Amino acid sequence: MMKNTSSMNKISSAMSRLSNGRYLVIGVPYFWFLILALVPLLIVLKISLSEMESTSVSSMIDWTNGWPTVKLNFASYMFITTDALYYQTYFSSIRYALMTTVICLIIAYPFAYFMARSPKHIQPTLLMLIMLPFWTSFLLRIYAWKTLLVNNGVINNVLMSIGVIHEPIAMMNTPFSLMVGMVYSYLPFMILPLYANLSKLDMRYLEAAADLGASPFKAFWLITVPLSKAGIVAGSMLVFIPAVGEYVIPELLGGSDTLMIGRVLWDEFFSNNDWPMASAVAVVMILLIMLPMAIYNKSQSEQAESKA
Amino acid sequence: MKTDANLDLKSGAKPVLKPSEKLAVSPKMIKWFSQSWMIAVYIFLYMPIVTLVIFSFNDSQVATVWSHASLRWYAALMKDSDLISAVLLSLKIALLSALISVFFGTFTAFALNRYKRFPGRTLFSSMASTPLVMPDVIVGLSLLLMLVSLQHWLGYPERGLFTILLGHSLLGTAYATVVVTSRLREMDSKLDEAAMDLGCQPFQVFRLVTLPLLVPALVSAFLLTFTLSFDDVVLSSFLSGPGYSTMPMVIFSRARLGLNPTINAVATVTIAVVTIAVLASSFYTSHQERKRKRETAQAYSDTNK
Amino acid sequence: MATAPKANIVREDLLRVEGVTKIFDGAVKAVDNVSLTVATGEIFALLGGSGCGKSTLLRMLAGFETPTKGRIFLAGEDITDLPPYKRHINMMFQSYALFPHLSVWENIAFGLKRDGLPNEQINEQVEKMLALVQLTKFAKRKPHQLSGGQQQRVALARSLAKRPKLLLLDEPLGALDKKLRETTQLELVNIIEEVGVTCVLVTHDQEEAMTMASRIAVMNEGYFMQVGAPDEVYEMPNSRQVADFIGNVNIFDGVIEEDEADHVTIRSEECVHYVGHGISGHTGMSVGVALRPEKILLTKEKPAGDYNWCMGEVTEMVYFGAHTTYHLKLASGKVIKAQELNNTRDLSCGLTWGDTAYAHWNEHAMVVLTQ
Repeated sequence: MMKNTSSMNKISSAMSRLSNGRYLVIGVPYFWFLILALVPLLIVLKISLSEMESTSVSSMIDWTNGWPTVKLNFASYMFITTDALYYQTYFSSIRYALMTTVICLIIAYPFAYFMARSPKHIQPTLLMLIMLPFWTSFLLRIYAWKTLLVNNGVINNVLMSIGVIHEPIAMMNTPFSLMVGMVYSYLPFMILPLYANLSKLDMRYLEAAADLGASPFKAFWLITVPLSKAGIVAGSMLVFIPAVGEYVIPELLGGSDTLMIGRVLWDEFFSNNDWPMASAVAVVMILLIMLPMAIYNKSQSEQAESKA
Repeated sequence: MKTDANLDLKSGAKPVLKPSEKLAVSPKMIKWFSQSWMIAVYIFLYMPIVTLVIFSFNDSQVATVWSHASLRWYAALMKDSDLISAVLLSLKIALLSALISVFFGTFTAFALNRYKRFPGRTLFSSMASTPLVMPDVIVGLSLLLMLVSLQHWLGYPERGLFTILLGHSLLGTAYATVVVTSRLREMDSKLDEAAMDLGCQPFQVFRLVTLPLLVPALVSAFLLTFTLSFDDVVLSSFLSGPGYSTMPMVIFSRARLGLNPTINAVATVTIAVVTIAVLASSFYTSHQERKRKRETAQAYSDTNK
Repeated sequence: MATAPKANIVREDLLRVEGVTKIFDGAVKAVDNVSLTVATGEIFALLGGSGCGKSTLLRMLAGFETPTKGRIFLAGEDITDLPPYKRHINMMFQSYALFPHLSVWENIAFGLKRDGLPNEQINEQVEKMLALVQLTKFAKRKPHQLSGGQQQRVALARSLAKRPKLLLLDEPLGALDKKLRETTQLELVNIIEEVGVTCVLVTHDQEEAMTMASRIAVMNEGYFMQVGAPDEVYEMPNSRQVADFIGNVNIFDGVIEEDEADHVTIRSEECVHYVGHGISGHTGMSVGVALRPEKILLTKEKPAGDYNWCMGEVTEMVYFGAHTTYHLKLASGKVIKAQELNNTRDLSCGLTWGDTAYAHWNEHAMVVLTQ
């Protein structure tokens, strides 16, 4: 009997230690993200529904009548939906992001395909060469394009010295320079998931297709492309979502008339000091991003289901 | 057109070929095409970097016209106290935020991987991925507004190193979580059970089995978050206060104004450091990998003797 | 269902499982009211297909799962709620789960160090274990520097190092190729017997269970269909499912015609079976007659007597080297399998496709299945 109770005590102490550990392991990071990820977003939402009063935002809860009244101010949202500058900027952000995604896909898909088909022993090197620029400063690489694209820049100088052109081509501060910068920055994000996907493709499917009489091009369309759908979707998300909210590239490479929503948010905040407006712009941007995210998550979970 | 594209490519005049012949479509051409495509992409990726490096050795006020080689911009860089203090600040923030990120990222990955069911798990996992999908401007804005409200109530924190560190750590934690999670996922859960079976209590399992096996993932998470922090300009711009300019902030403000050859010199130094580090680590890992494969093969051939 | 019959060996029960049930997610019954006792020194096998609950039962013994209902006792002590690290039970994992970052020596010492033993004792015990599995000169290697068979021996040494009261083996030979299995099987049994540890092993491979275990429990859908010595389970299956699961079997559906103390006759569509022992049944009862293919003799000539033979056409011949399996299509349309030993170098019974053949068998060859 003695033995029994002592062992029972041991059990309960072990169990409680176990569950304490569990609370700690979950609780610490939970709190971290709650404070730094969720609360700030809620504050943004709150401020987007207030108005600017000299140097601070209006309080949401009004005590003047002795009763707390919630004051919601939709002025910023009204502005976004009615002022052409805002909704046109959203459209043009999405258009630029879509163009970036499509161009990246067109360049990256054949590249990833050829990379996955190249000799096994050189693949790690090829992969490393894709990753290497990614490890060097993004800002410096964008700056480098400025060196290349300006009127008296390296490209124009070279072209003029070999006599191809006589007048410099205006490339800088145009949609062209913006797209070059965007595609350049996001290309590795498209290549990597596509390569990961295509390198796992079982070559026997293609052999089977050939055996059944499909030409290499047919086999590519009917086998390779459908099987790499997951890679295409993942790569497109990785490019599209950050591209929508991009700030640095349009600021450095796009002209002053290049409309990108990240820049509008920045200017509202830093130049106009209009916090409610900047917050409202952010909230609408979040909503815009959540739509493709939801589609992506749905396709992910469907894939997981079909695997199970 | 019902004919196959490859037939047209090869020679339009030829009559229909048998399937076996279709496979023989000029592999030379495909190879040529694929190689030039890959080379073109690599040129696209490396041209700006190479240009930066070359022009850093250019002795000319104009950043894009080559006169002759010199180290004058490196000399200018040595005297550029603004930039040097910015680099030091960036290094300090990157080091600290990488450590914090790996710490919380490991926690998060472990919690999400080991506990499949607890209240608010979905909220937790979506919060952990928010910084990954939100544009930097939103993360920066939201954190700043939070910190401002906090300061409003508590008079703390003053904007500066601490607030930048907080922002970078949030972003880094999210990335570190991804890296550590993918390692945890491929780790055999049987190893944990084996450790428990041999007498380990839960924390001992973590210390003696999980953690040692996580080391490579922790190292790569550290390097990744360090780079992210060292590279960031948007979050820092939102969160920094007067007197706290990180290296990217300084570069960004100069680049906005126009071309500046000192930036080329800084770029060359960073590129050199990163390239050496990446090459060294990839040689090391591939060497380890090959050694491991050789040993495994050896073990099997030994027993067959 | 059936509980384990009392072991014939007069030894004390080491492990006692009482009415254990495990329900996952409130719905899936993985283990259904299982009771069993394992005596000290026994090797007990849980045999069944995937999803039969054998692994869940093993994991409950190890402490990785808690039973929904029922108790587990080890040497009289209730261990149902003890965490794995407090049980005197060790497990050899499927595909071994050797710690990849530790050497062979450290893997074996791992459990001993957790007990806080003095270093000399740990050294001594590790050396002993290494000698036992003949891996002394591999002590410094890491698991990836070992072959599959060597890894298996390290796993065994690691699980034996703490001198557990009970050793659990989860598909111990599953990760080895066929050739290696046979030798390893014997080695494993020899080591276990040398150490004298009681074992519960889980396997889906009936041959493995037959050769290694002193008793087998055949599991299906979470319960024990039959528990017995290997020859008992094979020669005296208690149900169609067991007969079907273990080895090949032909089952004739029939009705008892004559029910005597020393014999019964059963009429089926194909023939009349004369069974040379009494059964617990009654006249007119529907039963199944199970007949293993290797107990059937094929001839071209019609056998004498009225019982235990039938005629058919050879529709298939499968040559295995040591024996040949013939498929015989009977007049009723039923196909039976007969296995003939190739005891001369020409196929001994001289039958081929399309031949008419007679299958006959001994009065003690059959098992009457009442369920």
